[in-house]
Amino acid sequence: MATIAPARTETARAPGASAAARAFLRRELLLAWRRRNDALFPVLYAIIVAALFPFALGPEPQLLARISGGVLLVTVLLAMLPTLESMFRGDLEDGSLEQMLLAPQPLALLALARIVGYWLTTTLPLIVVAPLLALLLHLPLDVLPVLLSALLLATPLLALLGAVLAALTAGTRRSAILLALMLLPLAVPVVIFAAGAVAAAQSGLPHSAPLLWLAAALVLALVLAPLACAAALRIAIES
Amino acid sequence: MSEPSSNPAPLLRVHALAFARNDEAVFGPLDFALDRGETLLVEGDNGSGKTTLLRVLAGLLPPSTGEIRCDGQAISRDAIAGRMVFLGHHPGMKSDLSPCENLAFLSGLYGTREGVSVDAALAQVDLSIYAHTPLRLLSAGQKKRAALARLTLLPGELWLLDEPYANLDRHGIELVNALISMHGARGGATLLTSHGAVRFADPNARHVRLELAA
Repeated sequence: MATIAPARTETARAPGASAAARAFLRRELLLAWRRRNDALFPVLYAIIVAALFPFALGPEPQLLARISGGVLLVTVLLAMLPTLESMFRGDLEDGSLEQMLLAPQPLALLALARIVGYWLTTTLPLIVVAPLLALLLHLPLDVLPVLLSALLLATPLLALLGAVLAALTAGTRRSAILLALMLLPLAVPVVIFAAGAVAAAQSGLPHSAPLLWLAAALVLALVLAPLACAAALRIAIES
Repeated sequence: MSEPSSNPAPLLRVHALAFARNDEAVFGPLDFALDRGETLLVEGDNGSGKTTLLRVLAGLLPPSTGEIRCDGQAISRDAIAGRMVFLGHHPGMKSDLSPCENLAFLSGLYGTREGVSVDAALAQVDLSIYAHTPLRLLSAGQKKRAALARLTLLPGELWLLDEPYANLDRHGIELVNALISMHGARGGATLLTSHGAVRFADPNARHVRLELAA
């Protein structure tokens, strides 16, 4: 006859948090691979935006070189904006979010895995083409390592901030513009520090302080943003 | 029929449970209990609050009043997590991934029932030949079967099934009934909703019917 014991012990076999995060990340990468053409859009967008500046301002290498750091950071930020909105939308619409919420796993960890997956699949390609954009804008080659470090610190920070807002707006309509309006003010300090590091390196000044500020903010966001994401997702599923 | 008296507290007990949205009552107050080996059929017309009831029981929505007890203890997210399998209106699966990949992901979060593999779970719902086809290429009924495969695969003694018969053909309906009675026989409990168009017929399960008025 059926006994209670087997059903009880089944709960003890839930996979560990790291195994769950790995499974989640594997799903993200697999999904990104299936939709690999989608990853091209932000990259093409960034290239076109960066290419507009020489057309608009005229081909003056000195002028372009002076503004290139700031232009590049803003371009990358703008290229990330339209993709952030859909970070949790698909999971909300197809019921995957319900399954994530009910799983015996910390939701914040799954949210972090989602953000890491987003960064790897959407933002990393932008960083890969950044040297090409720098070339278009006549950024001095010796500043390139500083630009790449600034991007490597600033983009995950923007992804974490954007993820919280994407979770908050996941259940609303017209969330894309709402997300942009909320994220851009928050992105101001990130852009200031990242562009500041590039500008300092261009003028031969020490540039480690702004980068360290970015790194400190990134560590803070890595801890807090997934928790905020989880809380926001719980609210989103209630609507 | 297994004797539930070995454990005095039922698996799920609901007391004076009600849910209101914007001060408008959606359902309740309800009182019922669901014990191991039992199947509870919630019937009601469209809009009578069946789905909302299931979402409240799953912990996706906070109840307005009343309480839900699991094994005699007030329900909490940590207490219920992993003990429940929820099948909602949406498949909860990615349309760009195959049934096999989707189930592998879910088992990565929930773990698997002992001795059950993804392939075995797909074979049980007659979906083996489509195991590696992206879900978006499958029919609505086949998607439903893919979602049902998680019942076999994932551990969890309490099944919350929202309209499990939707989109299924005659064999699919028999499959759902077979899965539910198999679950009841091993001591699991099932709560399912139906708008009543499909006759739920399973002589082995103990039924409790819950009529929700619109």
